[in-house]
Amino acid sequence: MTTEFRMTPETMMALKEMLIQHVPQMRALGVEIINAAHAQAWLRVPYDERFIGNAETGVIHGGVITTVLDNTCGMAVQLAMDEPKAIATLDLRIDYMKPATPGLALTTHAHCYKTTRNIAFVRGTAYHTDINDPIASCVGTFMIGANRTVPTGVAAAKAFMAKQKKEG
Amino acid sequence: MTDTKTPRDLNAFIEGIPYARFLGISVDQKGNEITTVMKFDEKLIGNPLLPALHGGVIGAFLEMTAIIQLAYETGSAAIPKPIGLTIDYLRSGKPVDTYARAQITKQGRRVATVHAEAWQEDRSKPIAATHGHFLLKTGEEAES
Repeated sequence: MTTEFRMTPETMMALKEMLIQHVPQMRALGVEIINAAHAQAWLRVPYDERFIGNAETGVIHGGVITTVLDNTCGMAVQLAMDEPKAIATLDLRIDYMKPATPGLALTTHAHCYKTTRNIAFVRGTAYHTDINDPIASCVGTFMIGANRTVPTGVAAAKAFMAKQKKEG
Repeated sequence: MTDTKTPRDLNAFIEGIPYARFLGISVDQKGNEITTVMKFDEKLIGNPLLPALHGGVIGAFLEMTAIIQLAYETGSAAIPKPIGLTIDYLRSGKPVDTYARAQITKQGRRVATVHAEAWQEDRSKPIAATHGHFLLKTGEEAES
C-alpha cells in the first residue's frame, strides 16, 4: 500500500519538472526539490535580495518562509496519498524561532503524519543546514479533494515512479 | 516607546521592504484607515489549473499587512518581527487583486497581537484571516 520511492536523479528531475515548474510562485522563488519520500518532502529556496523583509539587516521576510513551508506541506500531503487529489490549505500555524541568516539558502522539510478521508495533518520545519536548529516550524491541515482539479504534475510524477519501480 | 516618528508615507515605508515589492504590495491610506493592496500577477499563482493564488502568498500578504498596521500605530520605523501566526484559509484566492486590513487586538510593551483579514471582490467574503503575535523593538534595540 505504501508507495516506495526510489529517488534516482531521473525521479528527482521528474518531480522537479512536474511539481515545481508548473507552479508559477515556486518558479518565481527559485525553489528546488532536494529530496522526497513517502509522505515527506524537502525543498530549498536560495537567498535572494528580492525576498528581504528588512533592508537594514538583509534578513528575508517571514512570508517567504510561510510560502515555502506551505508548499512543502502540500507536497508531503500529495506524497502521502495513493492517488493524486486536489488539496487546499485549511489552516497553517507558523512559529518563528530565529531570523534566517542573510546570504544562506533555506531548507524546508514537511511530514504528513496522518491522512483521513477528508483531512491531512502535516508538520514542517525550516532551517539552514541543521534541522535541530530551526528557523521556523509549522503545523497545518489540508482539505483533501478540495476541488475538481487534479494536479497533473503529481499524477505524472507518480506514474513515472510506478513505471520505474516496475522496470527496476 | 521610541523616538522615531510614524512613517508618514507608508508606501515609502514598504519601499524599504524588497519582499513587499516582490509581491506587488501597495498601501491605500484614507486618513487613519489603511488597506493594503496586492496587485494580481501571474507569479503569485499556486494552482495553475483553477487558477488560484498560492496559499503561502496570501499568508505572506496578511503578515505584511499586520506589519504595516503595527508600523503605523506604534510610530516605530523599526520593522516588527513575527513570533507566530495562524492562518485560516476560507476561500480560494482568485487571480485578481487582493485587499487586506489589520487590527491590533492588544499592544503590549514588547508584544502585539494582531488580526488581519484578506478579501477580493466582496469585503464580506474574506478569503483568509490571520491571528498573530509580533515582537516590537524598543528604540535601543532597534539601534543595536
